[in-house]
Amino acid sequence: MSIASRRRVQLAVLLGPVSLFLAVFFLGPLAIMMVTSFLAPGLYGGVEWTFYPHNFGRILGFADPMFEDFDPVYIAIFIRSVKIAALTVFAALLVCYPAAFCIARLSERWKNFCLFLITLPFFTSLIVRLFVWVLILRQTGLVNEMLLSSGLIARPLDLIYTDGAIILGMVYVFIPFMFMPVYASVEKLDWTLVRASLDLGAGPIRTFWRIILPLTAPGIVGGAIIVFIPALGNFVVPAILGGAKVMMLGNLIEQQFLAARNWPFGSALAMMVMSVMLVLLLVYVLASGRRGADATLNR
Amino acid sequence: MQDSIVRLEGASKTFATPEGGSVTALDAIDLQVRRNEFLTLLGPSGCGKTTLLQVISGFVELGGGRILIDGEDMTDRPPYRRPVNTVFQNYALFPHMTVGENTAYALEVAGVAKAKRREQVAAALKMVGLEGMEGRRPRQLSGGQQQRVALARAIIARPKLLLLDEPLSALDKNLRQAMQIELKTLQHELGISFIFVTHDQQEALTMSDRVAVLSGGRIQQLDTPRAIYDHPVNSFVATFIGASNLFDGRIDGDRLMTSDGTEIRHRRTPSAASGAATALIRPEQFFLEDGDERFPTLDVDLEAIVFVGSTFELFGRTRAGRKIIAEIPAGRRNLIGDIERTRRARLAYDPAAVHLIQPCAEA
Repeated sequence: MSIASRRRVQLAVLLGPVSLFLAVFFLGPLAIMMVTSFLAPGLYGGVEWTFYPHNFGRILGFADPMFEDFDPVYIAIFIRSVKIAALTVFAALLVCYPAAFCIARLSERWKNFCLFLITLPFFTSLIVRLFVWVLILRQTGLVNEMLLSSGLIARPLDLIYTDGAIILGMVYVFIPFMFMPVYASVEKLDWTLVRASLDLGAGPIRTFWRIILPLTAPGIVGGAIIVFIPALGNFVVPAILGGAKVMMLGNLIEQQFLAARNWPFGSALAMMVMSVMLVLLLVYVLASGRRGADATLNR
Repeated sequence: MQDSIVRLEGASKTFATPEGGSVTALDAIDLQVRRNEFLTLLGPSGCGKTTLLQVISGFVELGGGRILIDGEDMTDRPPYRRPVNTVFQNYALFPHMTVGENTAYALEVAGVAKAKRREQVAAALKMVGLEGMEGRRPRQLSGGQQQRVALARAIIARPKLLLLDEPLSALDKNLRQAMQIELKTLQHELGISFIFVTHDQQEALTMSDRVAVLSGGRIQQLDTPRAIYDHPVNSFVATFIGASNLFDGRIDGDRLMTSDGTEIRHRRTPSAASGAATALIRPEQFFLEDGDERFPTLDVDLEAIVFVGSTFELFGRTRAGRKIIAEIPAGRRNLIGDIERTRRARLAYDPAAVHLIQPCAEA
């Protein structure tokens, strides 16, 4: 056997299990969901095997005239979800980017300790951690009690069950996901380049925009993508910290499957979320395509 | 005053070590760099030469003393407000910019118009022999080419002073020698002072107008390459630059006696006519005695004879066990044949060439 064909066999053996797993447990369900999204909902749950495009119509504006009128609420929920997810990304970045610079400059021991601290939340249940935020934010919670007893406010503030509470909770949940890629690129940053920039007459602010930011951009983009995607579909945080007042895509889909028992409509919503995601990723890939091609060429 | 471009007065710097101690990197250094001068800072690692360079570029703040560049006090100025540019050891080219963008950076920062920028970039790249390479990325270039881009980038804004931090250390030997000559030529063309840091004594001797030998945060000697080679002020300089045979002893008239009984003749009249001194004989000052009785000699048992092309290097010991290195021109093959057989050599030297180092000049 030639070396090349042996390589191919090795590759197939190594990638075989994971490919099989993804085919059965990822592509399979995805196909089922895609088919379901084009079927009619059954009267008592389940599906009817007829082609029915109005699941998407309900969202986009051509609802089934037999049953309901078009309701723009779904588009509104879409937009609000994208907005909250984007704000989550932005806030998480504001927290993680400066922190990454601080930690990157620590000694090896302190670095490892800080990275351990950042992964520490994974050791407890997400639900428990989110309920702690309920205790902190609710009307009789820690923050309000402290503000009341200090006399700064006369009546408790509405902290919980707001967009702000959801963003706070999501930032809290997703910080490790943002931090790791950002930290990886900040840690790799070659500080002699920063020195070179200063030496050539660029002040600290210009050096940041021209040198530091472009060189750490891959980490920022990576972090933004892996936070934005789960944030857009998250339903646990809105359910706990948003109460019944704030509806996000994740909750809407969950509701369709578990409460309204309208699987086709739930599937259609999920497909829409995925499409939005794919479009955004495509835009990113196309925008960075030229740069990316250069980078691989030069490596 | 007006003919010095950089002036350091009592420049001091102490670094704290992680163990809680402190290291003196610069010990009250006074230094004047002349206009249009190629000055080399030479020393072993940890001697303070890089710190000294960073003090001038502004990346290290002085602990004491002050620094003037072109008559202006720069002690508290940040690096980006000093008329000084640096060629970094690993080039530090911006990987996300093209060669042209890298080269234009200082002009872009200074707000030079785009058309003028392009013109100057082309001129600077031509100067370093990289015409038409504007569109390349640093990673597409060889080490030598990257070096040239770093050079073009540092000279394009016409700094009053160019600092070079061991810029040739990553290049292979042939390229390094070619670049040494090019750098020297470039410095003449530009008419600006270069301060060059290296630990390579050969490099220092080849390129410099003057060399400052540093050790322990102090300038041991500042002089022309020849003066430093021929008349080192102390045994550190003597051993750091070139190979050397040093004889510690006491002066007695026109001879120096070491404690092991070796006698070295000399023609110097030291200020203290007697007392302790060190005699220096460079390896190439020895020659093989061939019956001529005019010159004093040392008898040496040879341990190794190494052919290095233009010369033979002889490694041996005197009767008293003192190590001796000598260099004999390879042209004298017949004599080499004799000593190869006998493993013994009678090395002659000219007393007039013996340099005496006085202990009072020792740091």
